Amino acid sequence: MTELLDVQNLRVTFPTNQGLFEAVRGVSFKLGRERLGIVGESGSGKSMTGRAILRLIRKPGAVAADHIKLDGEDLLPMTEKQMRAVRGKRISMVMQDPKFSLNPVMRVGEQIMEAYRLHSRATKSEARRRALEMLEAVSIRDPERVFRAYPHELSGGMGQRIMIAMMLIPNPELLIADEPTSALDVSVQGQVLNIMDKLVRERGMGLIFISHDLNLVAQFCDRVLIMYAGRVVETCEAGRLHEARHPYTRGLLNSMPRIDTPKDRLEVLKRDPAWREAPSVGPDESREVTA
Amino acid sequence: MSAALSFRDLKVWFGEGRDHVMAVKGATFEVARGESFGLVGESGSGKSTIMRALTGLAPDWSGEMAVDSRPVPQGPKRDAAFYKKVQMVFQDPYASLHPRHSIDQVLSETLKLHGYTDIERRIEKLLSDVGLGPAFRFRYPHQLSGGQRQRVAIARALAPEPEILLLDEPTSALDVSVQAEILNLLSDLRSEHDLTFLMVSHNLSVVAHMCSQSAVMQQGEIVELLTTEDLRRHAARHPYTQRLLRAAEGYVRDEDAAGGAEAVA
Amino acid sequence: MSVTGETPQMSWRDWLLTDTPASRRHARAASFYKGWLRFRTNSLAMVGLGILVLLLLIAAFAPWLAPHDPIAQDLGKRLLPLGTPGHLLGTDSLGRDILSRLIFGARVTLYIVVLVALVAPIVGLLMGTIAGYAGGWTDTVLMRITDIFLAFPRLVLALAFVAALGAGIENAVLAISLTAWPPYARIARAETLTIRNSDYISAVRLQGARPMRIITRHIWPLCISSLIVRVTLDMAGIILAAAGLGFLGLGAQPPMPEWGAMISDGRRFILDHWWVATMPGLAIFVVSLGFNLLGDGLRDVLDPKAEK
Ligand SMILES: Nc1ncnc2c1ncn2[C@@H]1O[C@H](COP(=O)(O)OP(=O)(O)OP(=O)(O)O)[C@@H](O)[C@H]1O
Ligand SMILES: Nc1ncnc2c1ncn2[C@@H]1O[C@H](COP(=O)(O)OP(=O)(O)OP(=O)(O)O)[C@@H](O)[C@H]1O
Ligand SMILES: [Mg+2]
Ligand SMILES: [Mg+2]
Repeated sequence: MTELLDVQNLRVTFPTNQGLFEAVRGVSFKLGRERLGIVGESGSGKSMTGRAILRLIRKPGAVAADHIKLDGEDLLPMTEKQMRAVRGKRISMVMQDPKFSLNPVMRVGEQIMEAYRLHSRATKSEARRRALEMLEAVSIRDPERVFRAYPHELSGGMGQRIMIAMMLIPNPELLIADEPTSALDVSVQGQVLNIMDKLVRERGMGLIFISHDLNLVAQFCDRVLIMYAGRVVETCEAGRLHEARHPYTRGLLNSMPRIDTPKDRLEVLKRDPAWREAPSVGPDESREVTA
Repeated sequence: MSAALSFRDLKVWFGEGRDHVMAVKGATFEVARGESFGLVGESGSGKSTIMRALTGLAPDWSGEMAVDSRPVPQGPKRDAAFYKKVQMVFQDPYASLHPRHSIDQVLSETLKLHGYTDIERRIEKLLSDVGLGPAFRFRYPHQLSGGQRQRVAIARALAPEPEILLLDEPTSALDVSVQAEILNLLSDLRSEHDLTFLMVSHNLSVVAHMCSQSAVMQQGEIVELLTTEDLRRHAARHPYTQRLLRAAEGYVRDEDAAGGAEAVA
Repeated sequence: MSVTGETPQMSWRDWLLTDTPASRRHARAASFYKGWLRFRTNSLAMVGLGILVLLLLIAAFAPWLAPHDPIAQDLGKRLLPLGTPGHLLGTDSLGRDILSRLIFGARVTLYIVVLVALVAPIVGLLMGTIAGYAGGWTDTVLMRITDIFLAFPRLVLALAFVAALGAGIENAVLAISLTAWPPYARIARAETLTIRNSDYISAVRLQGARPMRIITRHIWPLCISSLIVRVTLDMAGIILAAAGLGFLGLGAQPPMPEWGAMISDGRRFILDHWWVATMPGLAIFVVSLGFNLLGDGLRDVLDPKAEK
């Protein structure tokens, strides 16, 4: 098998005063060298799934799974030290909140260089050159100035692109991108997606693309997992997302405004408690909607 | 009808020497009272900067800005009457609430700063206006979802009963179901309180849904003014706008992607 | 959830753990209680708290706890060893009961600690946040002043102050506070720099708030937790600095029973009558340890990221 990542029965729990809160409740999926989209409403556990793969859940949260295999090697029993070697180098993650993930009192360029030099023995000038190249690659207009800027001097979308640049520099086997383009206009977004796309097609990188933009996921990804309340309620081929049958997915699709058909009010999602109880869809039933 | 907001040849810059950047290069447009006006454009093109200049958060600017035909003074200082009339909702709901203040503290501080005394009653009203139950009143931001935080931010902006609301990508960090709730909420508030909106969004569908007119920005300049009908009909003249509208139809895989990925090699 | 036959009344615990407080007081009580629950799980921190509560009780009830008058001399009974009937920890060179002196010394120690803990962090907080928020030349001037204070070794600077102000416990406290604030100013400034450009500070500026209100109402609450932790961790150092001044004869003046001064007295007999210096040394050690353990526990409680 050429599975890059194989996640079986992933659970993330947080102890609270009201008892155990399960943020992710038994998610399983396999990922080849492809683009896998994860969609779902806010709080459905998308980010927690991504972080759990990197074992980046903050205490007192806990991760459990039957296995999380990267290239056939289970990540769960690894020590913290071994995990540090995996993070960044083999799996990178673009965090959801770029401005929170950047150090507010350090220049952007230094942060990118640091991220690069952490995983390679590049010289300072080499790292600088690469950092500037990456800034240019993500369509930043004057990379020299942005290199010297502090995070608060950037626009929302620039911060996001810098996070992407930082995560792509070490050339990971797997990229987990958590809402990487939510603050970008469509044209820059297209350029950023092209970079990721090219890495998947030419370098065989695996991509987990977490997003709330269903249209984008439908067009950009190969396969989609739809999450609700910590479970996968439906999985389908991305191109067929618009034919999805689960009422939750339909609700999400219907709540988007459309440029060509004006409406007075947008539909809002009405949640059904039964969705929460339905069992998680496993990795092998993934072709469900193809029928 | 007089304009609620007018900008004439607005230039905004930051930094000096080699870090100098002209973020807005001569923007001119007007927003009529009661209108909802959209700002769209490239990331980093100066959309947020226009709002920040108006509210005094970006102090270096030239040109003319006026609120209700009253010119806005230079520098960061604005008088109390200005803040009572113009309020802003920030781009990122995760960054715009004080992490150690409960919703109650956020709203009561705002109300106190504007000199209100019937704080209890007003907090209850604001919370119900934005559709948050009284149960939320003593929660802290980390106990709220993104959409709930954005509602609090909107409630804070509504507290001084402003006439003009500046919305900087109010839904870009939210998922589609919450986006629908927030956009409906904003439409309701606008008709109830007779508000004027200036709204930034990179989602053209959202702009088309909310606004009657929009300005398209690229590299600090307004390249085109469009009505929503133009937007829907894809009737754009400027090449950047045309590119934007094409891109909005959906992502198309670029089979021989130029640039970009080479740098990654 | 509606189980019949249960008491309809909410228990105190439920009232405190609710997710939906009904009033400001309720909300505050609930968040305190949740912090306490988290603190309680750290057993070492609980030991630290226990030590400090004990110190507080000892200081409060010193006159009733002490078997003897701490300053009454009895030269006939000088340098009695440990375990002497009536003098559990022996006596010092002037025949004073060491146990009683330790008990009364707890008052002096607490006095010093409380005063320093009030003065130094507040001065540091004020300097640091103003420098960080204002930026520009205000920042430069304030931070150069801080650097000057930081450049001197702490005890030497304190010595200079005491020498200038005169010996005595109040002056010792003042001298220690004046030398202790610069690190707090540094911390507060660093925190302020990360906060001042954030959207939530911009948002209060858009409500017309003045800089001083922004600093005290919006920036301080975010700096205070790291300062509290730092202060408790520094407490041991402060007690030792006070002891050091006492030891040099520049702090508490005889016959006041201050622990550092007691070590200094006992030093002369350290070889033959080791307990005279060792007992106050142990007391300092235990209390310092108590503060350190408490500081570690508080760090866990006050870290906002740890909150759910
Ligand atoms: N420290 C914590 N303690 C308890 N619950 C938590 C904690 N952190 C996150 N959660 C909960 O875990 C759930 C999943 O969160 P997650 O961040 O994965 O959502 P998401 O799908 O990424 O949503 P969004 O689209 O808003 O980013 C949420 O319900 C959240 O409230
Ligand atoms: N405080 C600042 N100091 C220096 N430069 C700044 C500052 N704030 C913004 N800029 C610069 O001004 C330009 C415009 O930024 P602005 O935030 O207005 O973009 P935007 O159109 O809102 O983009 P986005 O859609 O990505 O949020 C950017 O090049 C940015 O680097
Ligand atoms: Mg998320
Ligand atoms: Mg912006």
